[in-house]
Amino acid sequence: MTEATPRIATFPVKRERAFDPPDLLRRWQEEAPIRRMTYADGHEGWVVTGYAAARAILADPRFSTRPELLHSPIPQRNLRLQNMNVPPGFFIRMDPPDHTRYRKLLTGQFTVRRMKLLEPRVEEIANARLDEMERQGPPAELVSAFALPIPSLVICELLGVPYDDRAKFQRDSAVMLNLDSTLDEVTAAMADLLTYLHNLVMRKTADPEDDLLSGLIAGGELTDRELAGIALLLLVAGHETTANMLGLGTFALLSNPPQMAALREDPTLIDNAVEELMRYLSIVHLGPIRAALEDVEIDGHLIRAGESVTLAIAAANRDPERFGGGDMLDVSRSAHGHLAFGHGVHQCLGQQLARTEMRIAYAALLRRLPGLRLAVPPGEVPMRSNMAIYGVHRLPVAW
Amino acid sequence: MKIKADTDKCVGAGMCALSLPEVFDQSEEDGTVVVLDPEPPEGLATGVRRAVNLCPSGALSVEE
Repeated sequence: MTEATPRIATFPVKRERAFDPPDLLRRWQEEAPIRRMTYADGHEGWVVTGYAAARAILADPRFSTRPELLHSPIPQRNLRLQNMNVPPGFFIRMDPPDHTRYRKLLTGQFTVRRMKLLEPRVEEIANARLDEMERQGPPAELVSAFALPIPSLVICELLGVPYDDRAKFQRDSAVMLNLDSTLDEVTAAMADLLTYLHNLVMRKTADPEDDLLSGLIAGGELTDRELAGIALLLLVAGHETTANMLGLGTFALLSNPPQMAALREDPTLIDNAVEELMRYLSIVHLGPIRAALEDVEIDGHLIRAGESVTLAIAAANRDPERFGGGDMLDVSRSAHGHLAFGHGVHQCLGQQLARTEMRIAYAALLRRLPGLRLAVPPGEVPMRSNMAIYGVHRLPVAW
Repeated sequence: MKIKADTDKCVGAGMCALSLPEVFDQSEEDGTVVVLDPEPPEGLATGVRRAVNLCPSGALSVEE
């Protein structure tokens, strides 16, 4: 088997066009929405590019998300999965019932209604960033001036993590999400961040404040190490994802003047636009990956126990069988049912927070900067092809 | 139309409360589904079916 081991990634993450899934995924989708794929370590698994099959597998409890059972088509990533020690509380990498126990302690904090209460504060944060951009004047780099600070500030305030420590956690999470990071680099970054958060938990235990972490500590159901693991997950997931949707989404709107104009003309389209941008851009562009816990038949294919399945969300969200004309960005389309937040029991815990942040941030950006435009040719915008979360590294803009 | 909710299955994603707040809410305590109107008027049937279909955990079902 060793001879057949591919040394390079067998799953494409480089997008030929900034907003479209890699062409190879679309070709696979046309040929067979579920097909065999050889993984980085030679494992013979599957790749799913069809919407219906991807959705079915995500909802199926016979598939696991535990890293020790998973193979990855990306060599560095594969090594990391197989050697990952899941920190206590890091429930995205757990199956029920462990996953259920942790998630249920948190879901009350992320309800639609709770997020509604956060709106004025998110609005304030977004406007403060725009005030600062206007004060400094154009040009500006939108990721560092706007897209990253908004979700970073929001998740820090919500969790109770000092925003002044952002240089540290933004650096560590970037290492964790870089597909090229080595096992040692990722292990070190994760350990570093866990130590930082563990210290924070101890400080908050002694001196509680009005935030999510203090609330969890007061609940008394979690150990310090579990609390640090939960904080790690929420902190990393809470700022990288929304930040990249804001950066990439703005780039997509700027590259599509009729859609930008439609949204400016009718701001009530914003809810739709957020869902459509998520569907169209699908920033989780590698995986998720699952492993069958038993033999499962999907669409006439027998997936054997132990086999890995990579769910190509970016392709599934463009599946013509589910989203007609799906290669077009259309902010008036009803994109509900897209898989950008996942599906099944692991569907994004913070999705209502992300929606709140995106609606408010995009709306404020368009309202406050009517002349917003790219400050470089589109081809010069550096894309995050090497990251687990796709987006733009930088977005130079003027107005 | 009668709505059934299984709060053990519910993962508190909030898709139902987001798409049809007239009928669905979430518990303050653990975010699981609270059905405000288990037998909603016919006019809401399409919205209910959509919410049921959007539920990521399969916690919702309807009896017609």
